[in-house]
Amino acid sequence: MRLAEHCYRTISSIRGPLVFIEHVFAARIGETVTLSAPDGQLLEGEVLKIDARQVLIQVFGETYGLDLEKTSVTFHDAVKRAPLSRDCLGRIFNGAFEPIDGAPMFIPQHWGAVSGAPINPVARQYPREMIETGFSAIDALNTLIKGQKLPIFSCAGLPAQELVARILAQARLPGAGEFVVVFVALGLTYHEFSFFQQTLKQMPSRFVAFFNLAGEPVVERLLAPRLGLTVAEDLAFNHQMDVLVIVSDMTNYCDALREISTSREELPGRRGYPGYMYSDLASLYERAGRLRDRPGSVTMLPVLTMPEDDITHPIPDLTGYITEGQIVLSREMQQKGLFPPIDLLPCLSRLMQHGIGEGLTRADHRQVANRLYRSYAKGRELRKLAAVVGKEGLLEEDQTILAFADSFEQNFVHQGEERRDIFQSLDLGIKLLEEYQVKL
Amino acid sequence: MKGEITSISGATVSVDLRGLQLYDRVYIGHARLSGEVVHLEQERTTVQVFEDTHGLSVGEPAEGTRAPLTVALGPGLIGGIFDGLQRPLPSLQQQSGAFIRGTREVDSLDLQRKWVFTPCKRIGEQVAAGELIGSVAEGHLQHSLYASHAGELKKLASGEICLAEPLAVLATGEQLFGWHHWPVRRPRSGGRKRPAERPLITGQRCIDFLFPLMKGGVAIIPGGFGTGKTVLEQTIAKFADTDLVVYVGCGERGNEMAGLLSEFDELKDAAGRPLLERTIVVANTSNMPVAARESSIFTAVTMAEYYRDMGYDVLFLADSLSRWAEALREISSALEEIPGEEGYPTYLGSRLASFIERAGVVETPTGKLGSLSMILAVSPPGADFSEPVTQACLRSAGAFYLLDTNLAHSRHFPAINWTQSYSLFAKKGTGFFREQVAENWPQLQRRCREILQQEDALREVVEVVGMEGLQDRDRLLMYAAERVRRDFLSQNSFSEDAFSSPQQTVELIDRIISNYDQSLQQLDEGRLLSEILKGSCDAAG
Repeated sequence: MRLAEHCYRTISSIRGPLVFIEHVFAARIGETVTLSAPDGQLLEGEVLKIDARQVLIQVFGETYGLDLEKTSVTFHDAVKRAPLSRDCLGRIFNGAFEPIDGAPMFIPQHWGAVSGAPINPVARQYPREMIETGFSAIDALNTLIKGQKLPIFSCAGLPAQELVARILAQARLPGAGEFVVVFVALGLTYHEFSFFQQTLKQMPSRFVAFFNLAGEPVVERLLAPRLGLTVAEDLAFNHQMDVLVIVSDMTNYCDALREISTSREELPGRRGYPGYMYSDLASLYERAGRLRDRPGSVTMLPVLTMPEDDITHPIPDLTGYITEGQIVLSREMQQKGLFPPIDLLPCLSRLMQHGIGEGLTRADHRQVANRLYRSYAKGRELRKLAAVVGKEGLLEEDQTILAFADSFEQNFVHQGEERRDIFQSLDLGIKLLEEYQVKL
Repeated sequence: MKGEITSISGATVSVDLRGLQLYDRVYIGHARLSGEVVHLEQERTTVQVFEDTHGLSVGEPAEGTRAPLTVALGPGLIGGIFDGLQRPLPSLQQQSGAFIRGTREVDSLDLQRKWVFTPCKRIGEQVAAGELIGSVAEGHLQHSLYASHAGELKKLASGEICLAEPLAVLATGEQLFGWHHWPVRRPRSGGRKRPAERPLITGQRCIDFLFPLMKGGVAIIPGGFGTGKTVLEQTIAKFADTDLVVYVGCGERGNEMAGLLSEFDELKDAAGRPLLERTIVVANTSNMPVAARESSIFTAVTMAEYYRDMGYDVLFLADSLSRWAEALREISSALEEIPGEEGYPTYLGSRLASFIERAGVVETPTGKLGSLSMILAVSPPGADFSEPVTQACLRSAGAFYLLDTNLAHSRHFPAINWTQSYSLFAKKGTGFFREQVAENWPQLQRRCREILQQEDALREVVEVVGMEGLQDRDRLLMYAAERVRRDFLSQNSFSEDAFSSPQQTVELIDRIISNYDQSLQQLDEGRLLSEILKGSCDAAG
């Protein structure tokens, strides 16, 4: 154990964001360091690896301007921590937790390790209460539950950001409790950044935002979601708030992970992503949840773009294995002019079964959802058949189901600017089922 | 044996200890994190640490125990909830709160808890090592206790005991305890292996009727995400007709484990006991340390073997084996080993095979039959079944229940694909059901398969000519097949229908098939298809 900070000028090599330093006394794994470049610029880093001769440091930020002779490295004898306080509400930060909204930094009440700690499974409360997003396709058929992690799988060019912005603006929590949104944007273009700034300005509920723009350091892309989640856990479990964490876009996160892993000369796994990507993603997603005997909750809504629209690509694939379901957007629905362009067939909310029904939403919720889903799935199947044999080749009852599926997409899934509460969504579903007298 | 840390990379730590054996347990650092020796060299020992190494520093102490990673075996395991190193999670919660921070030494068994011991030997008698000396009642099971050493009994407890005290003392002064440690990576050999003869009744019609599993057999359930692996595993855990269920959540979701725990606490089995009282849960969620995830299935299977060796039927469920294989891959790549297919170490296949071989039926020294059956979920990346883990499992497992993404998308659960799944126990299982449940079980099974196969063939025709273009006989078949799929093969785990006894199963399929036969007969008699269909709809209610 050391009690003082140590400073070294013994850098032996610099490779991208990785710096090797020699003759370091008692460095710790995960310890934070500060590098000061010859031009006075200060950078933060973290100890990754220690052996008898040298210490490997990962630098947060761009390593422009570092050199071997003049750069000094200070070891702080502490792991990376985030400043925590209620005062972070309503503020916008960058990926290094520096305010970018013009106001000064708040004074932290305490500090929390950004890597977090796993929740003991026996201390978890099983999530049961819904969060109303205002979209029928989500609320009625793939209900989002408080404490759940439900990702949105999007394709390049689909309006995932608009969907996120709408959810930011109109998500509600039935019942009491303070509702807060933590928004973490990773690798955002300036265009998207200004769009979200507008959205945040008009938000009714309170928020904390972390923006890492496309031009900003890659390593901060790995840090920002952890900062966001550390803040979320603090607000949820120390200040009794219900926190919705939106992270967009996880694809940029995974690409950053791959970039760093490669520069560390690690063995690449599928498509070049590191073999530990599952565990790494789990260390983020699994921080969602609720605790027994304690109010407050962390709900996660990560957004990711499926490369080449491929749901079996490692990023959506590993995410799907960790999260509790998924909302999938599709190009086909977008071309039909639907907003949100949700393709319901591959969508799923695993926690829905226990979070709906009498006393939670409405007694008939499960039944209506199952009937709608089954009829629509049948309709989609018949649509393929009709493309070959023509509508006339179908049985009369099948033609009805086909017509139902079309109307369901246009009237139920599509809702444009409208916000529907859960009861309106269910009533609309019942109306459609009755209108077409679907028997399934 | 003491030494110090010489280098650290993530969870892989090198220490300067000498004279250790492979897989010996080592305590690392001031925090005494536990780890396992994975590489030995002349000057350097590499240790895989089971816990978060943040804050660890070179020069901190390391202590070798000269013993491998073990689990404590004795009364009190049933109803327990452990992590991958057999630390009871409720005790960890009492010590460090809702989040698992740092590590502490926690006893796996409560050594002070009182049990009522009924000896079956008398003072002065000779006992052999491994011979039964008595038992305690643990829930609904008689927990047999065996002598660890041979000799003449000089003292023998009776009535109320606790595990901290010896059960008996031998003439040589040797003490016999009611619990012991066992290295997790070494299979227990409690008795002679026997062939599997009795079916494991899961209550899932698709499994029991088409692809039965035997007690002592191994089934794997591969399926992409969202195909219902976890729900199927948990449903089987609830209803399977075994004495004990060992459930391992290996690298899976925390909320799922919380759901399982609260549900098993509330639900009762056929005898009215909470399910948790016949279950041992090992939970190592995906964000808990990777090395402990790798050891979790060994920890769990050792406990399962322990109860099997007393002559009980034990069902081992793992969700999911792929997460275990990935943990193995992460550890292997941290050790800079030469990777095999898809980065998995080349010993993946042999490691899996030797693990799966721990299942089976054994005869105990007292002549009872105990069995250890395994149902293992596999999560193939991108639902591609040609990946190494699925393929390696297929070589050793006896039954294969493939979960189909398309079935899951049309909400057909359990989404077991009936054309690609198989069971090597089918013949034995069917024979058993024919003798014990219904004479016509094999015929019905064949008819059921035929109907599904013919439907597949007809479906291709329908894709060209449409339903209207089919002959009446074929349309009847399509309706019958739909009923088989909708009313028989699919089962809602969240309703009364979640469990179906073999009797109920055979009655249901009998009803559907005889209904179909009647309809065919009516068609031959010249009745119109629409009339027949209307009639059979009414009959089906």
